[in-house]
Amino acid sequence: MSQATLNVPPPAGSTARPNRSAAMIRRAMSQSGIVLVFLILFAVLAASVPDFLTPGNITGLLLSVTLTGTLASTMMMVLALGEVDLSIASIVAFSGVAASVATDALGLPLGILAGVLAGGAVGLCNGVVVAKAGVNSLIATLAAMEIVRGLAYITSSGDAVMISSPGFFRLASAALFGLTAPIWIMVAMFVIFGVVLNRTVFGRDVLATGGNTEAARLAGLNVDRIKITVFTLQGLVAGFCGVLLSSRMGLGDPKTSIGLELAVISACVLGGVSLTGGIASISGVIVGVLIMGCVQDAMGLLNVPTFYQYLVRGGILLLAVLFDRWKNGRRTGVKH
Amino acid sequence: MSASLAAHVGEHAARRLEGEAFLRLRGISVEFPGVKALKGVDLTVHRGSVHALMGENGAGKSTLLKVLSGVNTPSAGTIEVGGEQLQFRNAAAALDAGIAVIYQELNLVPELSVAENLMLGQLPRRAGFVNRTQLRARAMGVLRDLGEAIGPDMLVSRLSIGQRQMVEIGKALLRDARVIAFDEPTSSLSVRETVNLKRIVHRLRDDGRAIIYVTHRLAEVFELCDAVTVFRDGACIAQHANMAGVTNDRIVSEMVGRSIEDIYGYRTREPGAMLMQARALVGPGVVEPVSFEVRRGEILGFFGLVGAGRTELMRLVCGSVMPTGGEVMLEGKRLPPGSTREAIRRGVALCPEDRKAEGIFPIAGVGENINVSLRRRIARGGIFVNRAIETANTADIIHRLNVRTRDGNTPIATLSGGNQQKVILGRWLSEKIELLVLDEPTRGIDVGARAQIYGILYDLADAGKGVIVVSSDLAEVMSVCDRVIVMREGRMVGSVPRRDVTAERLLQMALPQ
Repeated sequence: MSQATLNVPPPAGSTARPNRSAAMIRRAMSQSGIVLVFLILFAVLAASVPDFLTPGNITGLLLSVTLTGTLASTMMMVLALGEVDLSIASIVAFSGVAASVATDALGLPLGILAGVLAGGAVGLCNGVVVAKAGVNSLIATLAAMEIVRGLAYITSSGDAVMISSPGFFRLASAALFGLTAPIWIMVAMFVIFGVVLNRTVFGRDVLATGGNTEAARLAGLNVDRIKITVFTLQGLVAGFCGVLLSSRMGLGDPKTSIGLELAVISACVLGGVSLTGGIASISGVIVGVLIMGCVQDAMGLLNVPTFYQYLVRGGILLLAVLFDRWKNGRRTGVKH
Repeated sequence: MSASLAAHVGEHAARRLEGEAFLRLRGISVEFPGVKALKGVDLTVHRGSVHALMGENGAGKSTLLKVLSGVNTPSAGTIEVGGEQLQFRNAAAALDAGIAVIYQELNLVPELSVAENLMLGQLPRRAGFVNRTQLRARAMGVLRDLGEAIGPDMLVSRLSIGQRQMVEIGKALLRDARVIAFDEPTSSLSVRETVNLKRIVHRLRDDGRAIIYVTHRLAEVFELCDAVTVFRDGACIAQHANMAGVTNDRIVSEMVGRSIEDIYGYRTREPGAMLMQARALVGPGVVEPVSFEVRRGEILGFFGLVGAGRTELMRLVCGSVMPTGGEVMLEGKRLPPGSTREAIRRGVALCPEDRKAEGIFPIAGVGENINVSLRRRIARGGIFVNRAIETANTADIIHRLNVRTRDGNTPIATLSGGNQQKVILGRWLSEKIELLVLDEPTRGIDVGARAQIYGILYDLADAGKGVIVVSSDLAEVMSVCDRVIVMREGRMVGSVPRRDVTAERLLQMALPQ
């Protein structure tokens, strides 16, 4: 250190350099690391599980993750904000029922619109309760989860609503290059929200708000509006998913998708999205979704008994959270 | 200790030498991967003396305290307490050895009572249940000792920072700590609390305890301490076993490796046209209407005790809190109340007091922290992030403000406090700012970075901007500002031009009548 300068020694001199290597490892682990994990997993499954690497199975695999994947793209935004949305599975059910009922009464376009908007309305409510009333999003959306599931049952009078309009079925079965609409929609969502998160002011604002809400407010960000927008987007996307799902199943089922929200959250966390907010990447989320899908698919092919599938899924979720904790531990451990 | 030795040193030092060398560190080294945080440090602390540790941030003071509290394990060297060589594997071992470290960030459980906090980990029990009678009695005893009007049943969350610190000291006393180390204890205390703390430190010293006192404030070293050790870059640069012949300048030059005539380096300037007028502002924390004005090229200081309403007033000015009355005029035009966004758009920005909680986005990179506000004004099509401009701006700010960081992607939380503050300044310098409000801009920031931050403020004033500096550091408001407004208990007490400013006058105005 030169004697002639008035400069401070390297910031927190004692910890400056280990940060670098740790930061690199962390970055590698949180981004390419998980991609690597996926590629290895995929290779192992392709080599060891019979029929895994067949076009039919891969298409089926992709179709099986469309619901989780599409919802994960907006859940990523919610988690990046430092919030969580537990109501999405209920919204999927409610929107499906609403769309089925509305299609019968008002025709196909209005029916679809009704389903999507029903989801958006729930999301808007969630956002307002969280942003304006300051209710913890875990609690707010837990309440919404119950209420909306109730609405789904009430709207359908307790039973699944059969769909009579043939146009409704075609919605989910339309195909391009051998892949059906739900897959293309999932891909579109990944692209859209990847761009939104990384390339738009709004996306960076979401990350900033998740990183430090108070600092964001004082830096002139409209924190309330950002939160409401993200929850509304999540609601709209969940609503759309509900419409697609009922189109695939041919009915609006109020009992559908129970527990889906946790699968979506665990896919995000597995993809390196921090539960405390401020960190998210779309590549991680995509890979997180695919890992969950591959494992599920392989267990099906290997005829793993359902009871054991629960253990594996739970184990993956636990690993994901430990992974998140480990990364955060490194991160805060850096400073002190 | 030999009497002949004591004979020829001053009376002050004599009392210290009477005490035995209670804590001895020899050749302590601490290594983190790739970095030596401490390089063979020796330190001897005597009973009945207060030993100051000084040095810039990152010099190794905190690492040394963590060695003492058993958090960091030294790779070499010995620790001797009362003649016995010890090794601390964890925090409990250090406590058992009679060493207590009182950190800047206090380790209390806010939702438990004072008494429970005092005896946390060693609650008195009877038949497996907490013995409430004994708990209260022992807590009362300690609180009485400390001379604090804190009830044992009060929740810690209701206490002021100063009172919480007293509870921490009480914890050390209850465990009969013979060595008590303070980490910048006065950095967030009010003037009154500081006076009380100093009294207690002296009491602890007179009890024959060995006190280690880490501080950035030179005045405290001369007022409070019997010996001082200066750190730089993980090594002991100088050890003064007594304060004879030790001067302000000497310590500063030892700390930064060169002499600083005056870290404040005030430059005379002429205030220009009227920039901002606050008219009868009232709101939460500001009980009587406050009116004041800032001219272009003026640095206006706000002095007062903690809780005098300065931070609250600034929040009204900058739009982060809605005032219940009054208005802010910027260049003759009314600023919409209660809108940070609008205030920033018109050129009024705030560098908040609590950097960590309100200023930085800790996990985000330096660049993200700089561009968070500018971003929306340069976005392509108003939507897409303009990476080219952002990257250029980040590089420019890092260069101009001399931010010590590897690059714009380094998480800001890994930077020192001074560099974090420079990044926040950079955030507003990236914008078209007319009036910059800084709340405690140099709290916890070392001398070198402080001088740089003052330099930035002077440059702003020279460029015709207005600057408001809120500070509890008397020397700072006196040395940096052209005019000082004093607040007390939510009211504005008066405004003193630089030529009339004296410490006595400001304090007299600030203290409750």
